[in-house]
Amino acid sequence: MPEVAHAADRRDAAWWIDRAVQILVLAGGLSAIVFIAGIFVFITREGAGFVFDRFDFREFFGSPRWTPTSSHNPTYGALALIAGTASVTGLAMVVSVPFSLGAAIYIGEFATGRVRETLKVLVELLAAIPSVVWGFIGLSIMNPLIIQVFDVPVGLNVLNSGVILGLMAAPIMTTIAEDALKAVPDTYREAAEAMGATRWQVTLKVVLPAARNGLVAATLLGVGRGFGETMAVLMASGHSINLPTSPFDSVRALTATIAAELGETAAGSDHYGALFVLGIFLFLVTFAINFAADVFVRGGQRKHRRRGRRPAASANP
Amino acid sequence: MFEATAQNRSNRKVEGLFRLLFLWMTCMLILPVALILGVLVYRGGPAISWEFLFTQPLDNMTAGGILPALVGTVWLVVVALIASVPVGVAAALYLSEYAPDNRLTRAINLAIINLAGVPSIVHALFGLGAFVIFFRFGTSILAASLTLAVMTLPVVIVATRESLQTVPLAFREACWNMGATRWQTIRKIVLPNAISGILTGVILEVSRTSGETAPIMFTGAAAFIPFLPQGVLDQTMAMSLHLFVISTQVPDVPEHMPFGVALVLISMVLAMNGLSIAFRVYLRGRKKW
Repeated sequence: MPEVAHAADRRDAAWWIDRAVQILVLAGGLSAIVFIAGIFVFITREGAGFVFDRFDFREFFGSPRWTPTSSHNPTYGALALIAGTASVTGLAMVVSVPFSLGAAIYIGEFATGRVRETLKVLVELLAAIPSVVWGFIGLSIMNPLIIQVFDVPVGLNVLNSGVILGLMAAPIMTTIAEDALKAVPDTYREAAEAMGATRWQVTLKVVLPAARNGLVAATLLGVGRGFGETMAVLMASGHSINLPTSPFDSVRALTATIAAELGETAAGSDHYGALFVLGIFLFLVTFAINFAADVFVRGGQRKHRRRGRRPAASANP
Repeated sequence: MFEATAQNRSNRKVEGLFRLLFLWMTCMLILPVALILGVLVYRGGPAISWEFLFTQPLDNMTAGGILPALVGTVWLVVVALIASVPVGVAAALYLSEYAPDNRLTRAINLAIINLAGVPSIVHALFGLGAFVIFFRFGTSILAASLTLAVMTLPVVIVATRESLQTVPLAFREACWNMGATRWQTIRKIVLPNAISGILTGVILEVSRTSGETAPIMFTGAAAFIPFLPQGVLDQTMAMSLHLFVISTQVPDVPEHMPFGVALVLISMVLAMNGLSIAFRVYLRGRKKW
């Protein structure tokens, strides 16, 4: 926005209203910061008691024994939960990153006109399916399917929740990756095409390298989504504490543990505090992931602004 | 004159192959979901009837309908909208119309990205710590809706900001030149031209809000409440939580019931999203500049 020329000292009612509105909308903008800070403050406030009284760094990150309800010796080792979350997210990314990037390339570089618009709308609709519905799909459709196909006793495992999570994260990654491809100035493509390159050569040698930062950001945001997903993982992963050794092991995720146990704890107890500490851990990790993704997006934009036209879109949520 | 060389032909073949590969990858994202939706319709369709939608659940939720869950979801969504739309539109107005390119603006943008990226269960913990305990709203529609409002705030902000930015700068400049203040310009020129875009964002938020489960689990939604909520301080049932409860917590639920609930929920969400998309396409076609 360029500066408006200030009308020569005209402090009438309209001027004062304008001032008031300016302060109001500034408050609206600041509210986002207030809320994100509030989230940190309030979960830390509830978890603080546990951190000071009971928290043991080595136990939390080193022990797979999460037995908060044990009457004589409750332990709070989050290693198995972290491993559960990591294995499910890892499998989800293995499944969905190639397909999301492939779909983004098809939609962004190959498809044209109506096909492209239709595919974009479909991808957007996929992103809208609620996570509890995905969890239900894992529970009632994928579970029997996995039991039948792989001849295993239980179908609620890393494989099930990984595939579900992959399908959930894919639309977001596709959208952001496609934005990153779109942000590459057309002059780059035209220059390569003028040299006689085919569409694929242009994509591989020119567009993908130029969009690399944005594609990394898309993948990071996909990881963040998988990491923080709650209901789908709770319902499809089997929810049993395990250090997984195969995709057919049931696991338990950080998020799912909070969702499943918080309702049964007394406010202020060690168990309650421990669940908030898991929340603080989740908050910090996703904050770091989102921050890193933002840095990558910015890096990409700055590069194109220097060398080409302004990008058409950024990878904001 | 332009004779295709062997090199050209092989290049074109490679291009065709990759084109097919990427098309296949795109289809692999969409088709499984289409198949799954087909299964939901096939197995949940028979459960749906007027009775299912508009009667109380019976026999420990193993029979009867889903009325309290439907009504509860409407309550949650409406209260969340009332809380978040004004704040979200104000934030978007600031970012689009006022914000200089400085550190504060960057911090606000980062905060918005993070609000959208923080796991839903962390939002639930926040809602519990802040609204239920600290502000003493108890587990109530108010606490749950405020949690949802904070969580979906980025949806409103981003959609509104985008729609404000499609209004050409020249419109504003013309208005400023007539001596109008910034706010007069926004109210008379910017908002009327952007209002429909803002509306698509609001519809999108309705869709997001109605499907969320984790944020309302500990803040205001309950597994079973045999009557409809009377005010914002009551607890309520909700569609999303109801699906979770009858598919994992309640024994002996006949199979068609959770499928029916899932089908109703997903129809609501997809219908809202479809409406928002259709509205957007319609607006784009009608745009005068």
